[in-house]
Amino acid sequence: MALPGLHDPPGRLTLMKLFKFNGGVKPETHKDASTRLPIATLPLPERLTVPLHQSIGGTPRPLVRAGQRVLKGQRIGAADGNVSAAIHAPTSGTIVALEPALMPHASGLAALSAVIVPDGEDAWAPVTPVDVRALSGGELRDYLRDAGVVGMGGAVFPSHLKLNPGRQGKVQTLIVNGAECEPYITCDDMLMRERPETVVRGTLLMAQILGAERVLVGIEDNKPEAVAAMEAACRGSRIQVVPVPTRYPAGGAKQLIRVLTGIEVPHGKRSTDFGVQCFNVGTACAVHEALDYGRPLISRIVTVAGNVSTPRNFEVLFGTPMSEVVRTALPRPDTNRYLMGGPMMGFPMPGFNVPVVKATNCILVASDALFPPPPPEMPCIRCGECAKACPADLAPFELYWFARAHNFGKAQEYHLFDCIECGCCTYVCPSHIPLVDYYRYAKSEIWARERDKEAADQARTRFEFRNDRQEREKREKAEKLAAKAAETKARLAETSPDAPAATAQDDPKKALIAAALERARQQKAAVEPRNTDDLPPTVQTEIAEIDARRQASGPAEPSA
Amino acid sequence: MLSALIVMAGIAIVLGAALGYASIHFKVEGDPLVEKIDAILPQTQCGQCGFPGCRPYADAISKGDADINQCPPGGEEGIRKLADLLGREVKPLNAENGVEKPKAVAFIGEETCIGCTLCIQACPVDAIIGAAKQMHTVVPALCTGCELCIAPCPVDCITMETIPETVETWKWRYPVFTIRQAA
Repeated sequence: MALPGLHDPPGRLTLMKLFKFNGGVKPETHKDASTRLPIATLPLPERLTVPLHQSIGGTPRPLVRAGQRVLKGQRIGAADGNVSAAIHAPTSGTIVALEPALMPHASGLAALSAVIVPDGEDAWAPVTPVDVRALSGGELRDYLRDAGVVGMGGAVFPSHLKLNPGRQGKVQTLIVNGAECEPYITCDDMLMRERPETVVRGTLLMAQILGAERVLVGIEDNKPEAVAAMEAACRGSRIQVVPVPTRYPAGGAKQLIRVLTGIEVPHGKRSTDFGVQCFNVGTACAVHEALDYGRPLISRIVTVAGNVSTPRNFEVLFGTPMSEVVRTALPRPDTNRYLMGGPMMGFPMPGFNVPVVKATNCILVASDALFPPPPPEMPCIRCGECAKACPADLAPFELYWFARAHNFGKAQEYHLFDCIECGCCTYVCPSHIPLVDYYRYAKSEIWARERDKEAADQARTRFEFRNDRQEREKREKAEKLAAKAAETKARLAETSPDAPAATAQDDPKKALIAAALERARQQKAAVEPRNTDDLPPTVQTEIAEIDARRQASGPAEPSA
Repeated sequence: MLSALIVMAGIAIVLGAALGYASIHFKVEGDPLVEKIDAILPQTQCGQCGFPGCRPYADAISKGDADINQCPPGGEEGIRKLADLLGREVKPLNAENGVEKPKAVAFIGEETCIGCTLCIQACPVDAIIGAAKQMHTVVPALCTGCELCIAPCPVDCITMETIPETVETWKWRYPVFTIRQAA
């Protein structure tokens, strides 16, 4: 199969045949406002609240205690298992507490966080660059896991897991995702404009780890500056910069793969099964920082947009309260909530002081005037607009009916888990049904049921095992007793072949008891001193007299 | 006449042989209904239903010896699923068997524990570790919250701790919108 555009000279902006994904929408992009000013850095905040759990997978194990001094880039949470990524101190200072703190999560729940008071020195822990050629793929992946590198597009999936060439030994095509399709968000745009060389370097490193032959950078064509900057930085390398048509959600991994390669990843398969792997441009930058400088992931570029006077991008240390970042962008007075992410996929924050984390690509400052609450949900009229808009080729209205009716089995049959929650269906729904909310509800219910089922299966197995064990112990005990009885029987038969042996033949247990009684009697007679033994003769005779009298008067001696 | 009889007899023999073969080779081992009921039960093995474990209760339900509303840990949802499976009416949980409680795990007060091993023997899923005269502890991930260890404890050092919701176990709520009063 001839790949389109493969023979074009690499490193140049090339015109190659692009493909289309179905559905999608074209919302107002609102990207201009936040790209007028360069990326700014913030002054060190008074305290940083760094949640330990910032990626998909296991919660990192804390490596520090309250009161301990840490340096910038020092690991404070170690990856828990392979599906996890480490957490580092964003600046030098003192850990004042290791306590649950409010998370930037829709639940409004708290999770274990390290509260760091910066000392102002911003002193780096010793960092050592990595010689990529000297290390094996596994070692590099472990290194990236311990550097806390995760997907910066918002999904925060640990990158080291995706940098595995897999069984085939290589991934043919590496796609770097600079599409950034969601309205308002411009952090990837600004990264590519201002630091294209870091993206290029990271991309080349990832291509090397994956053994990729073809490297594509997909950028939506509404970012000509970013395309130009990336093209300039890629000149002379094997990276191809490809502008893709602006259509939400072109930045979805499966959608971008479809547009650039024509491959449609079917249900239940991964893109790696087709030799394609996709990373965000921010991830490429993080890989470069981690491998070339030895610097772990401690900050990211965050867009502050929406209801602010000077929307722009900031380089923000993780753990910085969102309100501090927003304050610099001068929020308007009617601000009443923050959204993390864009208007399509973002969700409201439970408070203004929740920290910036690895997933925070944008803080969208909202007010009721800018984002009015949705009109009341009306009944579904089955117009089919959602199905036309769905970029994952699902039937959103069917999923909605099943989720609404708690018919989760059926929802899964209709591939609920292929839904990327892009929000296109909600966007086009003339009845204003919050479709994605229904899908999120259904997904989390299904996950909870799966957890319950796993726990129940485990309990069943353990209960059955315990019952088996108890049975076995009982049986073993009985066997042991029987063996002992047989042994005693044999011994008795040897020593005294008279009366006891006869009973022993009838019942080994009785024989055992008889033998034990006999032994006890003999022992007692032999050993036990009697309290009448050492008395003077006069008393002895007296006792004898009393005994005689008792014998004469009583009918029988009372037995003990 | 004779040929008709032969044909009929031949058909009877062939079909009989096929049925006989099927009854031996496609025989269903055990009662599949019990398996299905057991899959719905929560496997706490708590005995609140009056049977020594979930499996015996499932057996009793399938035989008609027990009702479907005797499992407090399964709660209303469990009853609904059983009613669906068995084609019966949904009924409220039988209060004699207990009440539905939030999920909890046992916790051993380690300064009070005397190491008597009674709770270890009582635990239906071997979720308590310890040895005679050594402190015991519950493995929370394995505990089903059956409360069977509480009664045997001579020093009353076992309490039930409700499992708090975390960011990982949190669930998106069913979408609702508030109905505003029209002016």
